[in-house]
Amino acid sequence: MGMINNSVLKSFHEIMERVTKSELTINIMEVCGTHTMALFEHGIRSLLPQNINLVSGPGCPVCVTGEEIMVEAFELLEKHKVTLFTFGDMLKVPGEGRTLSILKAQGFSVKVAYSPRNAIEFAEKNPNLDVVFFGAGFETTAPALGATILEAYEKKLNNFSMLLVVKTVPPALKYLVEHNSLIDGFILPGHVSAVIGAKAFRFITENYRIPAAVTGFSAEELLLGISLVVKSILKKEPQYYNAYPHVVREKGNEKARRIIEEVFEKGDANWRGIGNIPLSGLFIRERYSQYDARKKYGLREKPPIVPRGCKCGEIMLGRMLPPECPLFAKGCTPEKPVGACMVSSEGSCAAYYKYGRR
Amino acid sequence: MCLAVAGKIEKIEGDIGVVDLGGVRQPVSLIMVPEAKEGDYVLIHTGYAVEIISEEAYQETVKLLKELRWE
Repeated sequence: MGMINNSVLKSFHEIMERVTKSELTINIMEVCGTHTMALFEHGIRSLLPQNINLVSGPGCPVCVTGEEIMVEAFELLEKHKVTLFTFGDMLKVPGEGRTLSILKAQGFSVKVAYSPRNAIEFAEKNPNLDVVFFGAGFETTAPALGATILEAYEKKLNNFSMLLVVKTVPPALKYLVEHNSLIDGFILPGHVSAVIGAKAFRFITENYRIPAAVTGFSAEELLLGISLVVKSILKKEPQYYNAYPHVVREKGNEKARRIIEEVFEKGDANWRGIGNIPLSGLFIRERYSQYDARKKYGLREKPPIVPRGCKCGEIMLGRMLPPECPLFAKGCTPEKPVGACMVSSEGSCAAYYKYGRR
Repeated sequence: MCLAVAGKIEKIEGDIGVVDLGGVRQPVSLIMVPEAKEGDYVLIHTGYAVEIISEEAYQETVKLLKELRWE
């Protein structure tokens, strides 16, 4: 990446100078939580002129997972005595005042996994234990989760199942542009796009005339994506860019998409704080229902729980910044979070809390 | 959650590649990138390689820099 370093910085500064001289206020949304963190970590927010606002979007799977799902996980531990594997981010997410971390301390079997493959290996080695992998994710993670189900199916494992919350980003962005007209440009998630392809987000520019760039995660890649989008806004010529072409192909990874298609079907999904978004969820198909923990253990669907005062929904739609939430840094901190946006390592509230306002 | 890391495949055995992540070696499933070869760089997410990083396509990034010039 080194060779684009100087060149991209020079162009970035030229474009930003034009923004500073303009009368415009430009709102750019970085959709992906990993981008939110990277923008803070690389200090890029501090390089931007005052009249560019970077707002965080709904691209943090843990943040959009409702409390009711946590309650399902608690039920698996307490009532069905399963060994529950999950990604580390899930441990502190509150559900009716409790967390997996608290249940772990009480002696329930909660294990942190780097990969769902860890859970499968454990289930094979411990045939007398009931093992559940609990995971939330977008299209980046969906093929890995799907591949795990296929592996369990091939190995005919009967002591393994999954409690999943899988969501897809394009329907959420469609919902977002139709409910927040203030976004002038999008920095699009690079790793979601690696799976579903750059083509999946073209509708943003083609149908809504909003400039957008599929963007990588290094400082240079971020500067490139932002510069392309801002230039397109200044020129008033909405353009769509794949600014991460060494990783993202136009059609994405076909093999990964086929795994998703094989294992999951589309359905409506609840986004915490935002509400139901049509056809934005992926659910385990009937054929693999023995690996669906909800069906295996007869979990009953619960209505969405939204804690009082939590503004996560408004924040994830880009209509409010984290410090504008009345609970921010008062009733809601990383030590005592109210909403998942303050817990997840890539939640926008957690990022603002850690790094300050800009 | 969509955090992914790049690593170089050192050895392939069946569907599993041993990937060097800056000195740390880890087994990674290659089922989503069946065309991957030893020596390739792959993008890894939750124990699975989700894409091969393309050296040629990197040149397209360089082309984008020209787009940034103000004309």
